[in-house]
Amino acid sequence: MDEALLRRLTPEVTGVLVGRGADFATAEDAVQEALLEAVRTWADEPPRDPKGWLVTVAWRRFLDLVRSDSARRRREDLVTDEPEPGAPRDTDDTLALYVLCAHPALTPASAVALTLRAVGGLSTRQVAAAYLVPESTMAQRISRAKRTVAEAGLRGEGPGDLATVLRVLYLVFNEGHSGDVDLAAEAIRLTRQLAVLADHPEVGGLLALMLLHHARRPARTRADGALVPLAEQDRSLWDTAMITEGVAVLQAALARDVLGPMQAQAAVAALHADAPSAAETDWVQVVEWYDELLALGEDPVARLARAVAVGEADGPRAGLRALAEVDAGVPRWTAASAYLHERDGDVTTAGRLYAEAAARAGSLAERDHLTRQAARLRARSGPSAEDDPGPA
Amino acid sequence: MAKYLLLKHYRGNPASTNDVPMDQWEPDEVDAHLRYMDDFADRLRGSGEFVDSQALLPDGLWVRYDGEGRPPVTDGPFPETKDLIAGWMIIDVDDRARAVELAGELSAAPGAGGRPLGEWLEVRPLYGDAPTVTD
Repeated sequence: MDEALLRRLTPEVTGVLVGRGADFATAEDAVQEALLEAVRTWADEPPRDPKGWLVTVAWRRFLDLVRSDSARRRREDLVTDEPEPGAPRDTDDTLALYVLCAHPALTPASAVALTLRAVGGLSTRQVAAAYLVPESTMAQRISRAKRTVAEAGLRGEGPGDLATVLRVLYLVFNEGHSGDVDLAAEAIRLTRQLAVLADHPEVGGLLALMLLHHARRPARTRADGALVPLAEQDRSLWDTAMITEGVAVLQAALARDVLGPMQAQAAVAALHADAPSAAETDWVQVVEWYDELLALGEDPVARLARAVAVGEADGPRAGLRALAEVDAGVPRWTAASAYLHERDGDVTTAGRLYAEAAARAGSLAERDHLTRQAARLRARSGPSAEDDPGPA
Repeated sequence: MAKYLLLKHYRGNPASTNDVPMDQWEPDEVDAHLRYMDDFADRLRGSGEFVDSQALLPDGLWVRYDGEGRPPVTDGPFPETKDLIAGWMIIDVDDRARAVELAGELSAAPGAGGRPLGEWLEVRPLYGDAPTVTD
């Protein structure tokens, strides 16, 4: 059983059904059933033409679903016509499916869930496990998402565009849990597939961004799950082949001379990937890329990252001045302030800020990392007057 | 998406707006309340936002380690003054505003006289996972 093949064919097969006039919601269910059928039967008897097999079985299942439905609704004749002969326009159909699943009428969580099932070919159980919710909850989220897409279509609201698709794929990459399904790898697969379908530099930008960050993954956490900051990562653990690919994809995108936020972020990641150490990073260029990114649109998170980069390029005082212009409510503002204060030699303030940042952290890994930083600085600065000195 | 814990208290929360103890309600008011709670959970299942719901007995005790080779020390039952959790619901929602909206609806469960209970619920965010992109 080639699960990767099945998952790759999923959006193509759904696209073929939709291209034949099937409604998306029913077609998607029919394809899921065909996938289960394939899992059951292919082990003994793999078909010579897997895609043709899936299309035939899914189309049959689709007709069954529609017939049982139309027994109630009396609209059988609308959809049971034989499909027109001729090759389906796979590429357009699959791309249309990406765009449909990222419909602007959907909340981000619904778009993510629908994309992973309908485009990624994951089962509801797998998507549920990836986001740590019960399978029944995820099933409802997906069927509601399909209903929302259908209703928006009836109201004449067109689907989104490539930009909405990129946002959804970025969310899959950036906010996944580490369960059975590797969501980061899945996001890369889906973006790689999208890059074949849609010739746009921002798709390349997103793919490069993902590859360049994913390449650092082995160095980003210790075996016990503790976060390792970029400056302390063992760069020999970085995946150099993936970095090479990421840089090549980025260069091809940048050569098109249509800059977008994904490319600018990937450029920052490429500068880090290229540096033998944190100290040898071209921080001036990192700051310049953040300026490019901010010129494309205000982004408080990018502004915060820029302030930290300014601290490396021009010294911690300059970094703190840049940070003062960032809204202190932005996540990780306090942690960035702590870092810059430590670089500036103000260990006491840094320790206090790290403790404050730990209390505000959004994830356990960050909280624990910041708590360790606070403890480290407290040990260095020595007990202050108001503290219990404890055992020597 | 973010997960939130909605905590109900037996005591320790500020007084409800409709502050009549449940044992003094009419039986059909109790039924209506319980039905509302069930319907609320079902609605969240339907909207794809439900994660978990559990109720706790008021019974309980403190337990702590008491040194190598010794049984844990226990202390209980809880004194009448202790903050006491009655149960929880965990929801998975788009943002904090939605969590607050849902907690408000849960707090509107009918109480004495069929009027909304106006019970204070504690809303607590769960930690998420650290993001991948940190540059």
